Amino acid sequence: MFAGIDVGASATKCMIIDEGKNELSSAVKRTGMSLRKVADEVYKEALSGAGLELDGIKVVATGFGRKNVDFADSIRTEISCHCKGCYHHFPRALTIVDIGGQDTKLIRTNVEGKIIDFKMNRKCAAGTGAFLEEIARRMDVPLEEMNGIALSSEREIEIGSYCTVFTATEILSKIREGEKQEDIVRGVFGSVIKRIQEMNPLIGDVVLTGGVVAHNEILFDLLEEALGREVLKPPKPQFTGAFGAALYAMM
Amino acid sequence: MEVLVAFGFKVYFPENHSALIGARKIADDYIPVANAVGYSPEICSYLTSDIGAYLRNETPLKDAYGVSSIPKPDVLAVNTNQCRDLYEWFSFFGRRFDAPVFSIHPPKYLDEVEEHHVDDVAVQYEDMIAQLEKITGERLDEAKLKEAVALSLEATELWKGFLDTAVHVPSPLTFFDGTIHMAPIVVMRGLQVAVDYYKQLKAEMDERLENGIAAVDDERFRIYWEGMPVWGRLRKLSEQFVDLRTCLVASTYCNSWVFDDMTPDDPIRSMALAYTKVFVNRSEPAKERYILDEIKRFKADGIIFHDARTCPANSNASYGMPARMMEDHGIPTLTLDGDLNDLRCWSDEQATTNIEAFIEQLEER
Repeated sequence: MFAGIDVGASATKCMIIDEGKNELSSAVKRTGMSLRKVADEVYKEALSGAGLELDGIKVVATGFGRKNVDFADSIRTEISCHCKGCYHHFPRALTIVDIGGQDTKLIRTNVEGKIIDFKMNRKCAAGTGAFLEEIARRMDVPLEEMNGIALSSEREIEIGSYCTVFTATEILSKIREGEKQEDIVRGVFGSVIKRIQEMNPLIGDVVLTGGVVAHNEILFDLLEEALGREVLKPPKPQFTGAFGAALYAMM
Repeated sequence: MEVLVAFGFKVYFPENHSALIGARKIADDYIPVANAVGYSPEICSYLTSDIGAYLRNETPLKDAYGVSSIPKPDVLAVNTNQCRDLYEWFSFFGRRFDAPVFSIHPPKYLDEVEEHHVDDVAVQYEDMIAQLEKITGERLDEAKLKEAVALSLEATELWKGFLDTAVHVPSPLTFFDGTIHMAPIVVMRGLQVAVDYYKQLKAEMDERLENGIAAVDDERFRIYWEGMPVWGRLRKLSEQFVDLRTCLVASTYCNSWVFDDMTPDDPIRSMALAYTKVFVNRSEPAKERYILDEIKRFKADGIIFHDARTCPANSNASYGMPARMMEDHGIPTLTLDGDLNDLRCWSDEQATTNIEAFIEQLEER
């Protein structure tokens, strides 16, 4: 059996797979301040979910807290793990977009699943989960309701700034102008899509993955609208990194 | 530099002072001081570090050498072959100390340096010399100028010899060694002391080569560094690359302080050529050719571009070069967002993960 633990900035995920690369179980918790502890907790929860004992399992840790998982056999960056996980589901040349809590990554692979290049967002939260959290707080909307609110919109409002603080002021002016809440929220998601398109050309088959898209499916619709073609969705987008790490554990 | 040496001036380099402030990790104490008096956080953080330190009346030179402040200059001399910010920086001190600022403004963005460009810059040198003669009340001693140029040439050749030992696999030195040992070629050109320094250094490198001593144990990958150093992160980055068994074998930054066009037989024109030809003053295609040649020469597996927020002149990731290196030449590239001195523009977390993932990418190729 093989386990991948992805200690992300917002959430820590664990997935356990068998030798046939099938998921046996998974677990997720908010990361918080104790990285070692949360990694241990999700691991144990996933183990019990799969009815397994601690012994004989290879573990690979990934995510920003990967080095804190001292019981892992090895570590791998989330860039390699997302790539590995996505390529398993879609074995062809891909452009992978991972929207995480703290950063957005764009990874391009060749037909063999090897990385050609990758980019992380510049030192700004715009286009990331942290951006959505900040805007939700500003708009006094629960984060988990953002997706539903945006889906009820019939008209997208243009949000043009590429700085979280400037976007917040831009939203204030939209509120002052009497724009509807759902249209503004849809515009906020639209701005996430725009930030992604600025990072690298989205060529070929595009996969959207990560915790933020798992909770905000509207991002698939908006990206498909922007690209004019289908966007691929892995079975459990939030666990792609953990799954990729488990695949590395198998190697 | 050579002209000032020939006139007998003692030369002080604010640029070097700023690098020192950066490497001491105290730039973030000073940059905001300069920002507050109107020097934007978006301009050269060497400038803002140095001016901020001056305004606070502090300098790391105090502990090291007992120098309590920037010495009062009789003249300020600047060549804008690097950037405009240098001129503004020197002008600040010109106003403060009521001292004249002399500047050489070579034509910029040159693909090839032609005779008429050299003519232009040589005339500017002659003008500056005439002004310096007025100020000092002395004629320029041509023999002294030739001597300074000869010493610069000798130092430059030794410096190049030192850097070129890194073409060997494994390399006996890293880019980080280069950043530490480049000070004399920057601030002591034209003086015997630079020649002596590099003779000793080159001998040490030759000895390392003979004994097969590598800078990075079990060197797996060789990387070319494009852009300025991140002065406040030299140790952290060098340790990360050692852990990854990766050697930064060469850099545009260290390698472009080679002025081998100088010749004592024709000091002024050869200085004009050498200082106009510097990498940073050239066209994008000329820069691209230079980097490609260097990558081949040093057998590099990839390039890391440091996109320094406050130094667009020394950052080459803004006009599509990383994408061209990859698409047209198949060279793996990584761009790190950062800065030479302003650590507010640098994220350890992002840089560490980016570098680690880049090496993983090379491992799986």
